[in-house]
This record gives sequence, structure tokens and C-alpha cells, in this order.
Amino acid sequence: MKGWMGKTKLFFVFTLLAFFLAGCGMENLTALDPKGYGAEKSMDLIILSTLIMVGVFIVVMLIYVIVLIRFRRKKDQEDHVPKQVEGNHKLEVIWTVIPIILVLIIAVPTVLATFDLADDSKAEELINVNVKGNQYWWHFEYPGEEIQTSQDLYIPTGERVYLHMLSSDVIHSFWVPSISGKMDVNAENVNTMYIEAHEEGVYWGKCAELCGPSHSLMDFKVIAVSPEEYDQWVNDMQNVDPDAEPENAVAQEGQELFEAKNCMGCHATDSAATGIEAGKINAPVGPNLTNFGSRSNVAGVLEHDKEHLVDWLLDPESIKPGNKMTGQYDELSQEEAESIAEYLLQLQPSEITPESAGN
Amino acid sequence: MSMTSAQKSGFGATLWDWLTTVDHKKIGILYLAGGGFFFLLGGLEAVIIRIQLISPENNFISAGLYNEMITMHGTTMIFLAAMPILLGLMNFIMPLQIGARDVAFPFLNSLGFWLFLFGGLLLNLSWFTGAPDAGWTNYAPLSIQSPGHGIDFYVMGLQLSGAGTLMGGINFIVTIVLMRAPGMTYMRMPLFTWTTFVASILILFAFPALTVGLFLMMFDRMFGSAFFDAALGGNAVIWQHLFWIFGHPEVYILILPVFGVFSEVFPTFAKKRLFGYTAMVFATFLIAFLGFMVWAHHMFTVGLGPVANSIFAVATMAIAVPTGIKIFNWLFTLWGGSIKINSAMLWSLAFIPSFTIGGMTGVMLASAVADYQYHDTYFVIGHFHYVIVGGTVFGILAGLHYWWPKMFGRYLNEVLGQISFWTFFIGFHLTFFIQHFLGLMGMPRRYWVFLENQGLDTGNLISSIGAFFMSFGVIVFLINIIYTTIKGKKAPGDAWGSGRTLEWTISSPPVHYNFKQLPLVRGLDPLWIEKMEGNEKMTPAEPVDEIHMPNGSILPFIMTIGFTIASYGFIYQTGNKYWLIAVFAGMAIALICMLIRSLKDDHGHHISKEELERVGD
Repeated sequence: MKGWMGKTKLFFVFTLLAFFLAGCGMENLTALDPKGYGAEKSMDLIILSTLIMVGVFIVVMLIYVIVLIRFRRKKDQEDHVPKQVEGNHKLEVIWTVIPIILVLIIAVPTVLATFDLADDSKAEELINVNVKGNQYWWHFEYPGEEIQTSQDLYIPTGERVYLHMLSSDVIHSFWVPSISGKMDVNAENVNTMYIEAHEEGVYWGKCAELCGPSHSLMDFKVIAVSPEEYDQWVNDMQNVDPDAEPENAVAQEGQELFEAKNCMGCHATDSAATGIEAGKINAPVGPNLTNFGSRSNVAGVLEHDKEHLVDWLLDPESIKPGNKMTGQYDELSQEEAESIAEYLLQLQPSEITPESAGN
Repeated sequence: MSMTSAQKSGFGATLWDWLTTVDHKKIGILYLAGGGFFFLLGGLEAVIIRIQLISPENNFISAGLYNEMITMHGTTMIFLAAMPILLGLMNFIMPLQIGARDVAFPFLNSLGFWLFLFGGLLLNLSWFTGAPDAGWTNYAPLSIQSPGHGIDFYVMGLQLSGAGTLMGGINFIVTIVLMRAPGMTYMRMPLFTWTTFVASILILFAFPALTVGLFLMMFDRMFGSAFFDAALGGNAVIWQHLFWIFGHPEVYILILPVFGVFSEVFPTFAKKRLFGYTAMVFATFLIAFLGFMVWAHHMFTVGLGPVANSIFAVATMAIAVPTGIKIFNWLFTLWGGSIKINSAMLWSLAFIPSFTIGGMTGVMLASAVADYQYHDTYFVIGHFHYVIVGGTVFGILAGLHYWWPKMFGRYLNEVLGQISFWTFFIGFHLTFFIQHFLGLMGMPRRYWVFLENQGLDTGNLISSIGAFFMSFGVIVFLINIIYTTIKGKKAPGDAWGSGRTLEWTISSPPVHYNFKQLPLVRGLDPLWIEKMEGNEKMTPAEPVDEIHMPNGSILPFIMTIGFTIASYGFIYQTGNKYWLIAVFAGMAIALICMLIRSLKDDHGHHISKEELERVGD
């Protein structure tokens, strides 16, 4: 029997595999390559605790391997009776005290970081965003700027942005792994967290609390642009003319259909809707489409092009099971859907788009 | 009674015997069989989950069915597989270890088993009309808003089986306090008995929190209350608190008994007494005590604020200390021993590195800010499978291999045992190690699909391949059981030759009254003491005399059927009030059974001295 040999080899393979995979993970999604303040804080603790724990593991495995090599029963020892040891006070004190010290080494920075990330004393001076989680999309209001958007959250790099989060239905959880750890979005109370991105980029956000059949499709993006670009974006969004006529004829037809098919009942195309104020978190019935033409994805997960948008309009249920849009509007023909898609995709009030974030 | 009917052959008599039995050994076997059945169901669900996640944007099952699958996998494995199998081992072994002839409340023991079984069956009936789909944690408001009756089945099924578990817990506590053989002081009890005792205390205090939560959930869903409805002034976070006040101790209910198993297996196969027995006992208590102080570490991201998060983070880390004490004590039990490696020992030895990894990630998770990243991702999935599979399942399998000869009189086959060990062990690490990284790479748990081009493909594929290895291991173990039952090698009383505790002093399998004469216990590891002094047998603590044993009864079974009918009625009366008939009829059946039980005297039966002498040993 070479039990322990097989086991060590196995662990060696696993460790190699682990390092290989640790290097992977998609940029701007993985938590292993932090690009924001919260994610860095978490990563520091992850590294610290991993190092200590690997140390403990090595000690345990060392004793384990020695035991299995030295104290296996040999053929001629069948009747050998080992000394019956009751215990050893010195040893027991050692393996009680050392773990306590190790735990303290992890506990102190943990407590410090916990209070650091919960600090909202400066919230009023900085950018605040009201976040509303809905089955299965996200809404973002900027009460200071009096604008709103859905699915793509624009923030300036290098600044703390405070998020005040509430759910309109079940619990969701706001998670942008590369920028920050997650926080739950409850229906009964507003949770506040802040995010800060160090560099420009389109960061993947995920819902991390089971919220129904399409839980795994409730993706969103945080688009971090330079402070100048952010100011321009805010300015553009504040000055949208919702009644502007599209230039091309198909899109004009789409605009008419958008009204005729009652899309407007749920979807606004005006960013500066009324009723946005601090401390009061609203959400429209459906995502705000003001800058839909500049979205990074259709419905959060599909590629952003006309073909996918038409698919979505014709049968949202097949893409996001359990969504609240299915069945809320008269059936569309292929042509009608294409016209509406044409109209929606030309809604680009700002030059600041996901491309501005560099990727 | 039960003995005479067992002697009659014929299917009807055998069935009647098992339905009415109050023998702790038979109930133990029933628990093992019931738990084993649900383990296979839960395993099947796990394989379906892993097939769905074998490639990105897979469409093997629909989103709704996927959520049902994960919910049922978790619920089944925790409530209907792991815990009942442990209760089965406790039921069979613990009374033997303390030198008792049965548990304190044999009738209650039988009722507890049937409630568990029918609770589990009721829950699984939901597959026909739509299973629960809000995760095994069943968070409100998702669970409140879930359409159909799935969640109702969850609530009623767990309420039934939970009541059964609570009865089991109380029963074990009383048994250990009152029924130890002469000389068996507390500090001479085997570690498995100790951990049974402590786990039972945990059951006693933890399950009521679940019961309350389930009742509130039941009233919200069936009778229009609004405990968890924020719109009507309720609060859904309360459910999370109630669930985890139960749920965290539950983790220790699952792990402490197998700590006991390992503390029996290591000394037996190292031929050396448990190192630091006193420290082991106190560490067990400390883990149990701290286990009630840490529930909110499941809720770091709920928004409880930095004070609560810090307190619960530090409290959680503290549990690492007594757990570490245990690991080192086991290692030093082996140190200097004469180690014989067989299947039981393989599972136990494999537990040490596997569980250490699970414990390490546990400390990592306790760091609240780091948890903001881990929480609700595959990192957590990896962590708790390392603890529950690498701890509880390995422990169960070690315990089964170790005590199989005692329970059934035959050794499990060694070759098949090692095949199933190695495939399961390799599969386990393949499946779950990679999941830590998947989580950090941005894969939340309970995801029906993961998207293409997000760097998650390889990890998920490896994980799914591992699941097939594990399945293979389980199938080989099943074959082993069948093979052993037919052709297994017969085992003597002291099946391993180096047994130390009282269960090895009696025949394999034991007679239904266990001990012809109660043994006199002269210290820790009583059999070992006698062996070292050259005695072949235990010194009896009493002369051969009449033995008083409880009678079997069909009442627990009928009572359970009554409760099950009533539960079914509760679930469906929301739609159609005629179902209330089922509620009343079912409750009437149960109450009548209780009445009969209360009014009809049953003094049990006696095994005469002559019969005992005829049987010999």
C-alpha cells in the first residue's frame, strides 16, 4: 500500500492546477485581480489568511506523513502493543496557544477593514447612487445629478461612489468582484456601501443572491471612466430630449411602434424623470432606456447588436425565464421588432459609452 | 414479542416486525437504510447539477427545474441523508458503548424514525407537482413569493422530520445520562458516546429555532400572516436569523458525531489509547458552545453593520482553536502507534487533510471583509463540501466500515472498499478543490448557467468529471454491501481484534437484549483494560437474571401516517377547503394513537433466566 504517496502526489497536482487557474479568470470579472478599493482590501485579507492557513496545513501534513511512514504496522509486529500515552500537557498548551495567536493575526486586520469599508461619514460630499434591484435587472438613480439609468452604472475613477441599495421584490446581492465585495439588496431596508475603481474599465457585475429562475442572468456592468468623461456623461444625460425624432425612417417607425405597442408604459426614454431625491429609492416598472444604444449588453447577457435585441423583443422568456416583460405587450412581428430595435439602438445621447472606458 | 415474530419466517411477519420494532439496533438499521436511500436521491440530484454545469450556457435542464434541483439536493443531503445516517449509527452503537440494553424511550425512538422517513417522503412527493425552489436555506421573500406548493412541501416535510430528530436528540441525552453500565462514569465514556451526547444537546437547542421559523413560514404561506413580508411591516431578515441560529449548530450536529467515529477508529487501528482524552471532550463542548455564537457569519453581507460583523468574525475564528486541538490529538494518537490500514482507516486518514482544508477555508471565510468576496460563490460551495463530504461523509463511511461487522456480523469486502475509497476520494478533490477558485473568479453559487468566455469553462468541466468519479465510488460501495450481505466473511464479537470499547465485548450482531449481564466498567476503554490483564471477558456487574425488554408497537407508524395525511391536507387546503378534511382526519388518527398509548398499559416482556442460560453467551 502506497496510500500516502498517492495522496501527496495528488495534492501536488492540485496545487499546480490551482496556481495555473489562479492566473486565469477573466479580467474585470475575477476577484483575484482587484482593481478597486474594496476588492483590494478583501484581497489583502485573502492573501494573509491563505498564507497563514497554508502554513498550518504544511505543519499538519508534515506530522501526518511522518506518522504514516514511521508507525505503520510491520508484518512481524502483529502482537506488538504500543505504549498507551494519555496525553502531554506541554504539547496541548502549544497547539492551543499558537492557533490563538494565528487567529489574532487575522482578526485584527479583519476588524479594521470591516469598519473601514462601512465608513459612510463622507457620503454627503461625494457621489451618491440609489440602486434598485429588480427581477432580473438593476436600476441606478443619481439624486445629486437628477438623472437615472439602468443596467450600466457609470462612475468616475479614483472617487468613492456611495450606493444606497433597495430591492423591489426579493433579495438580490450587488457584486462587482474586481472592484468590491458584495452586499445584499434587501426589500425592507436600505443598505449602503461604497465602491471605488482605480482604473478605467467595464467591470462585470453579478447578482449573488438566489432571486428566481434567471438569477444567473442578472448581470450588470460598472463602467468606470475618467472624471472628465464622467462629467460629460452626466451633462449629456441631463440634456436629453426624449421627443427627438430619429434620423432614419425605420427608426421613426420604431419610435411610433414603441408608443403604439405600449412599451412606454414601463420603459422611459428620458433620463431626467421626476421624483429622484436622496433617501427615496424609486424604480420604474422596466429598465430606463435613455442611453440604450450605448449599453454594453442586451438584457445584461446578450451581445449588444440588432439581431440579439430582436430575439429578445420577440421572445424574452426564452432568454430570461421568469422575467416580468413576457406577456406584457402585444405580440410583435419580425418587422415590428426590427423597427423597434432600430429605434432603441440609435438612443445614444452621450459620446461616453463603454468604449470610453477603454475596453 | 419482537423476538418470537422474528423467528417466524415469511415476508408478512418480517415486515410486521420491522414496522413495529422498538429495538434500537433495528431502528438504527432503518435509519441507515432510509438515510442511504435519500443519500442516493441527493447524489442523483448532484450529478444532474454537475451535468448542467459541465459546459457554459448549457441547456440540460430548465432554469426553474435547476433551482428545484439545488434546493432538493441541499435539503435532502443535510436533513434526510447525513443526519439520519448519523442518527442510525448513534442509535445502534451508543447504547452498546455504554452497556445499555436499549435507549431510554424505545417507543419515542421508533416514532422519531417514522416521522423522519415520512417527512422525507412527503418532501420528495413534491417532485410530482413542483419541488421547492428557493434554495435549501429557503430565504424569504423568494420563498414566500414562490408559486405552486413546492415551498409548502418543504415546510411540512421538514417540520415532520425535524420533530423526529428532536425526539431522537432528547432520547439520546436521557439514555446517556441514565443508562450507563455500572462503573461507566462520564469521563470513562467512549468519545463517540460523548459526541452523540453533545450533538444531541445541540439538536435540543437548535431545532426549536427551525421549528419556529417553519411555523412562521407556514402561516405566511397558508394563512395570510406577514411575518416576512416587508410591504406589510414584516421582515424577511428574521427568517435568515432563525434559519442560521438553527443552521450553524446543525453543521456541528453533522460533524461532531463523526469526530467521535474517528476517535474510535484511530485508537483501534493504532492499538493506542486516544491522545488527550480530556482535551478532546472539552474541545467538543467548546465547539458546541461556540457553535451557537456564530450564526451571523452566514449573514456578513446582509448589512448588519461593522460591529456585528466584527464580533461574529472573531467568534467564528475562535472555533478554529478547539478544532485544531482535535486534529493534533488524532495525529498524536497515531504517533507511536502500530497503524494498520484498511478501508475504515483509509476513510479516517483521508479525513485529516480533507477536513483540515475545509477548516482552513472556514477561518478564511470568517474574515468578514474577505467574505464579501467569498460569500454566495463557489468558494463557499467548495468550503462546505470539504467540511460535510470530507468530514461527515468520510466519517460515515469510516464508521460504516468499522461497525459493519458489529451491526451485520460480516466484514465489508476490503478490495471493493479500497476501490470505492480511492475513486470517491480522488473525485471529491477534483470536484470541490477547483470550486474555491471558480468562486473567486466570479462564479456565484446557485447559477443555472455560467456565460461563455468568462474563464469558468475548464474549472466547471473538471468539477463535473470529479462528480462522476464520486458516483462510481458510491456505486462500488453499494455493490460491496450486496456482496457482503451474500458472501461476506463472518465476524466474531471483537471483530478487529483490537477493540477497546464495550460494543466489541458482545456477539456480532448482538442479541436483541445486547448484554446477558451488564458489564462492570473499570476505566476508559474497558475491554482493552480486561485484555491487558489477560481476561477473556468483561467482569459482569450482575448475576444472570430475568431481563426486562420493551414491547414492539405499531402505534408510532400509524401516528406518523396520521401526521403525514394532516400535513398533506395543510398543503392543499389553501386552494380547496375540502382538503381540511384531510387535516382533521390525519390529526384524529394521530391523536387517537396518542390516546391509546396513554391509556393502554404496556409493561413490556421479560426474557427468563432459563432462556438466557439456554442461549449461552
